[in-house]
Amino acid sequence: MPEYSDKVMEHFTKPRNIGELENPDGMGEVGNPVCGDMMKFTIKVKDDRIEDVKYLTFGCGAAIAVSSMVSEMAKGKTLDEAMKITNKQVAEELNGLPGNKMHCSNLGADALHKAIEDYRAKVNADS
Amino acid sequence: MKKINLDYTAAAPVDKEVLEKMIPFFSEYYGNPSSGHSLGEIPRKALQEARENVAGLIGADPAAIIFTASASEANNLAVKGFAKANMKKGKHIVTSSVEHFSILNQLKTLKKEGFSVTELPVDNYGLVNPADLAEAITDQTILVSIQAANPEIGTIQPIKELVAVAKERDVVFHTDAAAAVGWIPIDVQKLGVDMLSLAGDQFYGPKGSGALFVKRGVRVMPLIEGGIQEKGLRAGTENVALVAGLGEAARIAAEQLEERAEKAAAFRDRLKESLFNSIPHLQLNGHPEKRVPRNLNISVSFVEGEALLMRLDMAGINVSSGSSCTSQALKSSHVLTALGVPPELAQGSLQLTAGPDNKIEDIPYITEQLADVASILRNMSPLYHQYMKEAKQNA
Ligand code: FES
Repeated sequence: MPEYSDKVMEHFTKPRNIGELENPDGMGEVGNPVCGDMMKFTIKVKDDRIEDVKYLTFGCGAAIAVSSMVSEMAKGKTLDEAMKITNKQVAEELNGLPGNKMHCSNLGADALHKAIEDYRAKVNADS
Repeated sequence: MKKINLDYTAAAPVDKEVLEKMIPFFSEYYGNPSSGHSLGEIPRKALQEARENVAGLIGADPAAIIFTASASEANNLAVKGFAKANMKKGKHIVTSSVEHFSILNQLKTLKKEGFSVTELPVDNYGLVNPADLAEAITDQTILVSIQAANPEIGTIQPIKELVAVAKERDVVFHTDAAAAVGWIPIDVQKLGVDMLSLAGDQFYGPKGSGALFVKRGVRVMPLIEGGIQEKGLRAGTENVALVAGLGEAARIAAEQLEERAEKAAAFRDRLKESLFNSIPHLQLNGHPEKRVPRNLNISVSFVEGEALLMRLDMAGINVSSGSSCTSQALKSSHVLTALGVPPELAQGSLQLTAGPDNKIEDIPYITEQLADVASILRNMSPLYHQYMKEAKQNA
């Protein structure tokens, strides 16, 4: 088992915001090309802010902690702010990830950004 | 909290009698077996006794046993050592796709040095087909190396049949028997193999102890050159304590093989039954019957192995997984891939190996914990949600 920080272990054992929102405003799904794992984010948007966010993750301990952390970081943020969340920030918020687990942090922010883009595409198509 | 180890392939406690046998050789009988004076006498005798015990466990001539520091080293001596000594006869080697990395990786090196290698496929249970071997052998083939049993999924190969195929074409046969020796009857003469590798730590001997059986008349070149220890096939002062430990472990294993195998199989079978009865969407990996008695390998659908492993660890249960996320190389198990196990199921694979401390009474706890962990992880798995949605639509 890799050396995970206490923060990673905490999010891994008690992941926040698990699930899939019904009729989400945006949905983003990504697969990890390195190890074959998956993450799916759904969001509700109100007044250009992420009102609610949930995710599903098929992946290692780091991937689960990353998705949980991303969901916490994104909640309540404006869409522009949420788009600026980087994989690096997520890893930092988790007090670091082991070297060969950095690639797991790519999934989280990517899936969130995809969900936001999905929402924006829908809004644009409607207007 | 309960502590239940189900990862005895990774490591097992050294048998108490084995440890006692080893201790005097560190400070009391510290002599060098090669010495001409009396200090070397007891250590020399200890080496001989160990050689006889290891030979006894596999039905070999004691003079054919070369001590090594691991089965990995024995495998290297067998394959590289044989290839180097016999390359004038041909440069083709046949192996299987489910071999240990200590076989597969050195073959990659040999390829760079001009050898050609055929990796035989396996069926869904992990078995090599003797007909495939017959087809793969050419005039250039000098060596076949196929494991006796797989360390990950436990599948036992039809070594006798495979040897018969190789012998028809006069090709030398090596088997990596690290996962088999001590757990199923292995007799080099009955099997007809020319070389066989074993590891002491797989039958309660110390880590760092292994051996290669090399039949008389089979030529190998040493990997480590120097003095004439181990008939010149492995230079360096013998690690007498470890060798004595290996010998003692072999002696006990030969004595208790049946009893140990039965006990492990009884536990393993009960555990399997309990898990499959209580947890939906499990798959067995490997052969239902032709497997070493202590090995169970299952895939928990829809979830990933490292997450399973970590949560089970928190419940005091130690297992290992063939998931890519648990491997340093981030590749899922080459064994499960060779069996045709789909990637998402290989991700959820768990290897459970029974050992001396496992009790049937613990099975309900293990089952409960795995059921819990599986359902927690499935609840957050996109694959599981997808599956449930589809099941609903089809209902
Ligand atoms: S998601 Fe596979 S290693 Fe992290």
